[in-house]
Formats: sequence, structure tokens, C-alpha cells
Amino acid sequence: MPRYMSIVHIDESTAPAGGPSEELMRRMGELIEEVTKAGVMLDTAGLTPSTQATTVHWQGGKLSVTDGPFTESREVIGGYAIMQCKDKAEALEWAKRFLQVHEDYWTVSCEVREIAEA
Amino acid sequence: MEPQPTAAHPTAPEPTAAHTIETVFRLESPRVVAGVARIVRDVGIAEELTQDALVAALEQWSRDGVPDNPGAWLMATARHRAVDLIRRRETYARKLAEIGRDLETTAPPEEPADPDDIDDDLLRLVFTTCHPVLTPQARTALTLRLLGGLSTAEIARAYLVPEPTIAQRVVRAKRTLATKNVAFEVPYGPDREARLGSVLDVIYLIFNEGYAATAGDDLLRPGLCEDALRLARVLSALMPKEPEVHGLTALLEFQASRTAARTGPDGEPVLLEHQNRRRWNRLLIARGIRALDRATALGAPGPYALQAAIAACHAHAYRYEDTDWRTIATLYGLLAARAPSPVVELNRAVAVAMADGPAEGLKLVDALTDEPALRDYHLLPSVRGDLLTRLGRTTEAREEFARAAALARNEKERELLLRRARE
Repeated sequence: MPRYMSIVHIDESTAPAGGPSEELMRRMGELIEEVTKAGVMLDTAGLTPSTQATTVHWQGGKLSVTDGPFTESREVIGGYAIMQCKDKAEALEWAKRFLQVHEDYWTVSCEVREIAEA
Repeated sequence: MEPQPTAAHPTAPEPTAAHTIETVFRLESPRVVAGVARIVRDVGIAEELTQDALVAALEQWSRDGVPDNPGAWLMATARHRAVDLIRRRETYARKLAEIGRDLETTAPPEEPADPDDIDDDLLRLVFTTCHPVLTPQARTALTLRLLGGLSTAEIARAYLVPEPTIAQRVVRAKRTLATKNVAFEVPYGPDREARLGSVLDVIYLIFNEGYAATAGDDLLRPGLCEDALRLARVLSALMPKEPEVHGLTALLEFQASRTAARTGPDGEPVLLEHQNRRRWNRLLIARGIRALDRATALGAPGPYALQAAIAACHAHAYRYEDTDWRTIATLYGLLAARAPSPVVELNRAVAVAMADGPAEGLKLVDALTDEPALRDYHLLPSVRGDLLTRLGRTTEAREEFARAAALARNEKERELLLRRARE
């Protein structure tokens, strides 16, 4: 059974300033419990805002350190989930359910990638 | 908002509608079967009604798309059918009159189900499919079918038997449950522990069926390991207070963490000693450690938790030379006291040989040579051959490897033993 990482991209401009609503947190908690009870969830976490991020970069044999994510867009990685599923269709199904618990004002996408097995 | 595909970023093809529906159904069917079984008190009928709901879903969802809450849709449809069935069939009406009246007074099926109720129903289903009135074969088939969501064809391929054999097994199992009037319930009281033991053993059996298979071109047999691991994870979430459930989950997480390292390029088995430990899956090891911690926090370790603790010792050793054999030998001693068996004794002998030298281990192995349970067990002569080799008694060792090769049921393993018999 392959493992998938769902990388959650959030458009930070659509995210509420006060963070996710209580309702969303409750629904999210219930969903994560459901995915765990289905024996699917291996690991998941949300990340703190990208304003607190630091990027360490390697290029041309030199290290550089900059604040924030190395991106032009407002879209940042907001979290991840690692799931073990029968196939990609199942991983996509869980990703859809994860997105559906968000309010309509969010713009969120899940990039579902199969984990390469050695 | 969907990003618009451009030439540079074509969107991947979506799975076909039929595949999506099939996926949703496989995810939801255990809960639907369990929920309907509570109404009709019969697992066989519950499964039929769930299949009927699938047919209805295929028809409607293919036309109108998958609803927002497909699980609730399937559950409501199956429950409606349960009510119809009870009303329509007089025999059932008589038999289930009481339940029929209950149905009139229960909440309408459109109401979202309470997650706790679903959990209870699922547990009832687990204890029913693993019920001791069924043969072990029937338990594994029915558990994979109803809880693992596998089709009879998938189970048949995994077990290398014709599909009608499995279909028959499932039908007979459902009939047995009905004729023996097996109650659809979670056991409490004195026989609870034995019944839970039966559930854990079924999951472990399924895992071992896959673990013993080589990773050849047939990936479905090793797939049984993952089906069993998923069942164990489900059970851990449903029974968080049962230490042995976490013990079993931990054991399977550790075992599964070695999958990539267990076979060589040609599918030949690679022994623990020679495995490339960098290929052990650290995420699964971490999960194993976490599950083992939960098990030990809940009470004195049972047989599964002890086996998991042994697996943890291997997982903690980054190199084979770092293995803490002293602790492993001690754990096998505890296991032998808790759940004595010749196989455990054989494993204890191996650990003692590593901790105290081959002569000490051989003493324990020699005490097992007349053990009837191990008469056809290829690992006994194989271990004996190993210890004799280390003691420099090569002629005797070759004989043992030849004997082991004759007993090995797995082709790749036989080749390995024959090679050692010639060394």
C-alpha cells in the first residue's frame, strides 16, 4: 500500500487574520480522528505562518539565509499529512474531505504526492 | 477555485467516476455494513443491503456526481432498504418484528450518525467476523471482506486459491453466524479477553500470510501485511484502552518497517543480519515505538507487546553488531513464561546463543529436536545448522541445512538453505 504526502498550499491572503475559526478547528479535529480511525493517517501537522519562516539556501556552493519562504506568491505551505492508502484515488478522496471542512472564503489546495519507496 | 490548466501545467487526469465511486464505497462499506447489521442483527443480510446501496449509488452518482457526504448517503440508503426488507418480507417481519418496531421509533436515517455509535457498530462487526464459532480460515476471509473492504477476488488472489473457494468460505461463514445465532455485540465480562485474543490473532494471521510470501511479481500477498496493519491501526483507534491492541499494532509497524530491506534484487529473502538498515522505514519505526509506549503505559506487557519490545530492540540497533541480545533473550524468557510455545523457545535459543555463545544456544535447541510441533518446521534445522557452523561442526551443519531445505515451503528460502548446505 503506497504512502502519500498531501502538501497543503494555502493562499495566505484568504486566511483569516485571527487564524482558523473554532468551527473549522472542531471539524478538522473530527476529520483527522476519522482518518486515523480508518487506519490511514500516519502523521499530520499544521505549520506556523510563513512570516516566521527562515529559508536556508544552497546555490553555487554557497549557503545563504533569508527570512520567509523563497516565493513571490501569497501561496505558502500550511501543513502536511502522510497517509497510507490503497491507491491514489483513495488519497485524493481524503484530500477532498480535508478541503471540504474549510469555509468558503479559504483558498486551499492539496498537492498529493506518492512517497518514493527505496 | 481550480487553477486553469496551461500548456506548461496540464492537470493530471482525474480518476474515472466509476473508480471514485468504488473508492468511496470501499472506504465507507465497513461502517455501513456495521450500522445496518445493528438494525437487522445479521451480518450476511447487512452486507447484501450494503451492496444494494452500492448499486443505487453507482446509478445515481454516475449521473449526478458523488454527494458531499457519500458515507451518510450510503448509510441512509442501506437503512431504508433494511426497513423495506423488514416490512416486505413476512418471515423477516415475524422474526424481526421487534426490531421493526424499534425502527419506527429510531431517529430518521437522514440524521448524521453519532461517531461514537459508528465506533460501537464497527467493534461489534470486528468481534462478529472473528467469532470463535468460525474456522480460522473463515474468520480471516470474512474480516478482510467486511472490515478490510477487499473483494472476494482480491482475497482469493492474496491466498492463492480460486475465487469460488473464498466466496464459498464467506457465504458459509455468514450462514454459520446466522444459524448459531451469534449475537452482534462486543463481549464484556469473563470471556472478553479470550474474544479479544481471537480478534488480534486473526489480524496477526493475515499479516503473517503476507509476510511469509516473497515479494515476487505478485504484490498482492505482501499486500496482506498492509491490510492487516490497517486493521490493527483501526482497532487501536477503536479500543484505545486495550494494551495488547497497541502491542499488536506496534509489532506490525516494526515488522512492516523492514519490508524494503527483507528481499534482495531478485526477490531472495535477506536475513535480519544482512539487511541494509538504512532501508528500514523510520516513520513506521517511530509509530511502532509510540504504539509500544502506549501499550506499556496501560499495564504489564502481554505476548504481543513483548514481541513488539523485541522488535523494538532490533529497530534501535543501527547496525546488527549493536543488537542488545541480552535484553532480547530476557524478553523471550518473559514471553516463554506468558505464552509458552516451541517457536518462542527456538527464538529464545537464538538470542541466548548471541548473548552467551553458540554452545549455550545449542543446548536449548537440542532440547527441542523431539518437539512434535516443530517436526516439519524448517527453521529448527536451519537454526541448528547455524549454531553448528559457528561451533566449527560443518559436516553436521550441512546435514541440517539440507534437512531445512527439504522442509522449506518458500522457493527462495529453499534456494538459500541449499546454498548453505553446499558451503
